[in-house]
Amino acid sequence: MSQSIKEVQEEIIEEFGILDGDMEMTNFYVMELGQKLPEFNEENKTEENIVKGCQSKVWLTAELNGDRINYQADSNTAITKGLVSLLVRIFSGQKADDIIESELFFPQKIGMERFIGTQRSNGFGAMIKQMKLYALAYKSKIEL
Amino acid sequence: MADVSNINGINVEAIRTQFPVLDQMVNGKPLAYFDNAATNQKPTSVIKALEQYYEGYNANIHRGIHTLAEKATKAFEDTRTTLGKFINAAEPEEIIFTKGTTESINLVAATFGRKFISNGDEIIISGLEHHSNIVPWQLVAEENGAKIRVIDVLDNGTLDIRQFKSLLSSKTKLVAVNHASNSLGTINPIDEIIALAHEVGAKVLIDGAQATAHLDIDVQALDCDFYALSAHKCYGPTGTGALYGKRELLEAMPPYQGGGEMIKDVSFEKTTYNDIPYKFEAGTPNIGDVIAFKSALDFITEVGKSNIAAHENDLLQYAREKALQIPGLRIIGDSDNKLSVLSFIVEGIHPFDIGQMLDASGIAVRTGHHCTQPLMERFKIEGTVRASFAVYNTKVEIDRMIESLHRIVKFLK
Repeated sequence: MSQSIKEVQEEIIEEFGILDGDMEMTNFYVMELGQKLPEFNEENKTEENIVKGCQSKVWLTAELNGDRINYQADSNTAITKGLVSLLVRIFSGQKADDIIESELFFPQKIGMERFIGTQRSNGFGAMIKQMKLYALAYKSKIEL
Repeated sequence: MADVSNINGINVEAIRTQFPVLDQMVNGKPLAYFDNAATNQKPTSVIKALEQYYEGYNANIHRGIHTLAEKATKAFEDTRTTLGKFINAAEPEEIIFTKGTTESINLVAATFGRKFISNGDEIIISGLEHHSNIVPWQLVAEENGAKIRVIDVLDNGTLDIRQFKSLLSSKTKLVAVNHASNSLGTINPIDEIIALAHEVGAKVLIDGAQATAHLDIDVQALDCDFYALSAHKCYGPTGTGALYGKRELLEAMPPYQGGGEMIKDVSFEKTTYNDIPYKFEAGTPNIGDVIAFKSALDFITEVGKSNIAAHENDLLQYAREKALQIPGLRIIGDSDNKLSVLSFIVEGIHPFDIGQMLDASGIAVRTGHHCTQPLMERFKIEGTVRASFAVYNTKVEIDRMIESLHRIVKFLK
């Protein structure tokens, strides 16, 4: 039984809690998570897969596996790659409806705004939006 | 600590106590502020001057008959006189207050550009320019059909003066270059550039945003036609700056904006304009910040520009040497004649990540293209990490940055 979106978020909050708000450690940890993302297909690094509204380049793709959606992502910066990896971890393997209706409470709980700043917060929001749009698109495909 | 005693004629530790903002923890670490090329911090005297103005004599300046207006006018005009002396203008009337360097350049573009540059004329800028010394000229060129020519940048971040000479002709109406590059720190040979431009009858505008707080500036000896500068890069407030212009040019130029202050007489049939500098200062200016700007100039003069320059150069050489020991680090712009700006990239690591990691250690640097996208294109890079030093920085702070860089590189490579 796979974890729910809520459960994965709680797991992330717990992991970040161990870092005790140390910014340098937190950044290192985020980058480490990014390094663990599965390799992104270079051919998919196209203009249309770039998430609009991010300061760094973020590429995002999604595929349908049965009634579940899997996401792949990459970024040209290590910290952003780590941040998007958190979203990939939360949303991959979930149902479209669950993704669309999900509420993300983990960014606030891990104090994300403190280490990404306002401008990049907008970028993070753009990533979430793009992932939900993929879910919406697949939902209509499933229902057809 | 070796670097906090009286070296280069200044006592850095004593100076630091004049900058309240420096005394704080950022992300649990003491702040090391290395983003001085973007804006530097303000001494207590500047902050107090603002307070005194608003608490004691806030009033609109010029034409006011009451005591407060008189006091504010005098303080405002004192800054003009002080700044005039600071850059050795022939007379204070040649100093026009603006919002800053960007507005000063736009003022020249909109007035001198409109009147004296026409179809077929050429404007020469350099590959080291900030967007604010590129785009205003592009606007002029779009409007009146002039052409923009660009001085090449050599691999070490200096200007190709030989190629500059080949660009000059009787078509050249204006040469607009910076005194020093904000991205790389390169100090340009503006005396030579000005002399060469004058030989073909062109006027010269110097973007002095980066240089004003660090280099001795003598606009008469330089013989430049315009010099643009910002207060906030000289330990002064944001939102104010100045344009120096030679009297005969300022008098020949049409007004910039219309409004109060810039007129002599207004009727619906005909309006006559005020004399310089007021002709270019329409509307209520940024009185408080202009007044406080004087305290910033006084601060620089008291510490001594040559002392500041020697200290900053010490810091630059120290940082440069240490930085070059970091694996994969490459300095972008390594001219012998530089302001205290260390711009670098580390192979395989995005500048953004370095900036973010340094911030986590309380160290403020700038990352990105620094508003000089054509220059980044020239070096085929997306951006750099830029550490820029000021009078209050120390070698201890630089050590912290270097240690942090070693940790980042070790982790990411």
